[in-house]
Amino acid sequence: MSHSTVPRSRAEAVTKENETPVASGGATGPRRRRRPPTGRPGLRTRLRRDRVLLLMTLPAVLLVLLFNYLPILGNVVAFQSYDPYISDNGIVSILNSPFVGLENFQRIIEDSAFWNAVKNTLVLFFLQLVLYFPIPILLALLINSVVRPRVRAISQAVLYLPHFFSWVLVIAVFQQLLGGAGLLSQLLRENGYDGLDIMTNPDTFAFLITAQSVWKDAGWGIIVFLAALASVNPDLYEAAAMDGANRWRRMWHVTLPALRPVIALLLVLRVGDALTVGFEQILLQRDAVGPGAAEVLDTFVWWNGVRNQDFGYAAAAGLVKGVVSLGLVLAANKVAHLMGEQGVYKK
Amino acid sequence: MTAVIGKDVRQPVREPARRPGRWAAPPRPVWEEEPSRAGLAGKGLVLALACLAIVFPLWIVVVTSLSSRRTIDEAGGLVMIPEDITFVAYQELLSGGQVTRAAAVSLGITLVGTLFSMTVSVLCAYGLSRTGSPGHRWILMTLLATMFFSAGLIPTYLLVQSIGLTDTYLALILPSAISVFNILVLRGFFMGISQELIDSARIDGAGDVRILWRIVMPLSRAVLAVITLFYAVGYWSAWFNASLYLNDQDMMPLQNVMIQLVQKQEAPVGLGQAIKTGELSGLAVQMAVMVMALLPVAVLSPFVQKHFRKGMLTGAVKG
Repeated sequence: MSHSTVPRSRAEAVTKENETPVASGGATGPRRRRRPPTGRPGLRTRLRRDRVLLLMTLPAVLLVLLFNYLPILGNVVAFQSYDPYISDNGIVSILNSPFVGLENFQRIIEDSAFWNAVKNTLVLFFLQLVLYFPIPILLALLINSVVRPRVRAISQAVLYLPHFFSWVLVIAVFQQLLGGAGLLSQLLRENGYDGLDIMTNPDTFAFLITAQSVWKDAGWGIIVFLAALASVNPDLYEAAAMDGANRWRRMWHVTLPALRPVIALLLVLRVGDALTVGFEQILLQRDAVGPGAAEVLDTFVWWNGVRNQDFGYAAAAGLVKGVVSLGLVLAANKVAHLMGEQGVYKK
Repeated sequence: MTAVIGKDVRQPVREPARRPGRWAAPPRPVWEEEPSRAGLAGKGLVLALACLAIVFPLWIVVVTSLSSRRTIDEAGGLVMIPEDITFVAYQELLSGGQVTRAAAVSLGITLVGTLFSMTVSVLCAYGLSRTGSPGHRWILMTLLATMFFSAGLIPTYLLVQSIGLTDTYLALILPSAISVFNILVLRGFFMGISQELIDSARIDGAGDVRILWRIVMPLSRAVLAVITLFYAVGYWSAWFNASLYLNDQDMMPLQNVMIQLVQKQEAPVGLGQAIKTGELSGLAVQMAVMVMALLPVAVLSPFVQKHFRKGMLTGAVKG
């Protein structure tokens, strides 16, 4: 393997003279990329020098182009009366299906099932925002105040665990606890009451979904906040204590300001993702609860496309959701920047 | 154990012999007030309840899966206190038949898929970690942009079907093989490795492949463990792509069999006899399948736990 002697950037070339980089395993952040002002080798030289590096990124880039970018073109079926029976091959079918303009979108606007899905999606989003979002913050504050290392490690291990369970398993566990033949019904019947099947009740479905999300992921959500808490300079606490601040005032004036950027970032991410509310989780329970309460935008697309083979219509609904979601992400970032926070990407 | 609290707090270095046990609280700084008994009890109670809410359901599932038909009937369903331990349910499930095959399928896909995903991700992350290569920024942008949009379920479905992946296991691996987030975490970690170390290896004649294999990867064991776990859990937990792209029931992975078993209350194929003869409770079979699904995850993830924060920290916020 031939190696090059061309330095990869000017920054790299001067590194040896000026500074000794710290050998570390990631505690230091990535170096900022410095743009070499002059003396940059020509494109051809750099291509030859870095061809191995570029080849290394190739498999990932190809996968992303094939499965993330290429399907964008497939959204033309939203403007077609797509007929899946023309050919076994989807691309051939797309090429031979007639275009119908905005007919699919017109149908969506008139479809009460679609608006029901929109309503359910928004209800679930707001419920999760109010009931789910604060829990990891509170848990992180609690864990952070625990000083015994063993207690801390064990409770963290337990709280993180359900995040790694599949939705199938989480719902199966809830079924065993709250289902018609579950533990709750079992205890109620033993004490002379009627059994209770929460798993199929449309009225409480939104709360059930939120409870499942909390059980599975609230513990995992602690991590980001714990990291932020760990980066607080302990001198601040000491200084506050010297000034007479008690436990609660220290939390209010030192801890919470340290968490603010993280909370803002996560809030932005959540709002940008508002139309995505647990697709797998809800799809698994859609049949048991019924579409009246359990149909969200993602399951609406799945039902019409995969089940009813009405691909044009489903793709149109998916496209509406995708475009609105993209707008929401960008808007949420804009708001974050305006508030002086960093957001998901830098300006 | 508790005697050390509050003593010698000003002494910066403690002698090893007098170090408090791992259960004991480390000394508090002098300026911090002593915690009140009620406060400690309240904190302990909340934490214990939170942990119990997670452990208790799992306990019931495990105990019921190990109970005999008689115990389950006496308890009227789920068993909270084990009376007799029997492995009949597991023996039945693992003696060939639908669940055995599904578990083998899940295991195979998880191993092959994780190896593939890690190879592609580590190569890409290293390729992008040495900034200054031509097109570096474009490639990064191409990957990053996918975090903001999704092509949609229907077009993706049509594409996977068009390129002939339906009814093959490739459909369970390729479409979701890489996570851009994971690549960014790896890249962030790789960028933290001293440039001088890499330069000196280059001067000694090592190429990029050798540098990655011999220097970068051994220095990144912690983050590699975390990302491997993320990918492996993803493959092990996946069920949706199988339901979408596989038609043959014999090809289904464990999660999909669990859906039929627990949600639709169907007995697994090939087990009817043992349940009919009354030796085995259908409930124990369901629970045993659930334990099979959770066991690998529950055993492996605590080992990687101490690295989580570092892995999340470098990647999550950098974006």
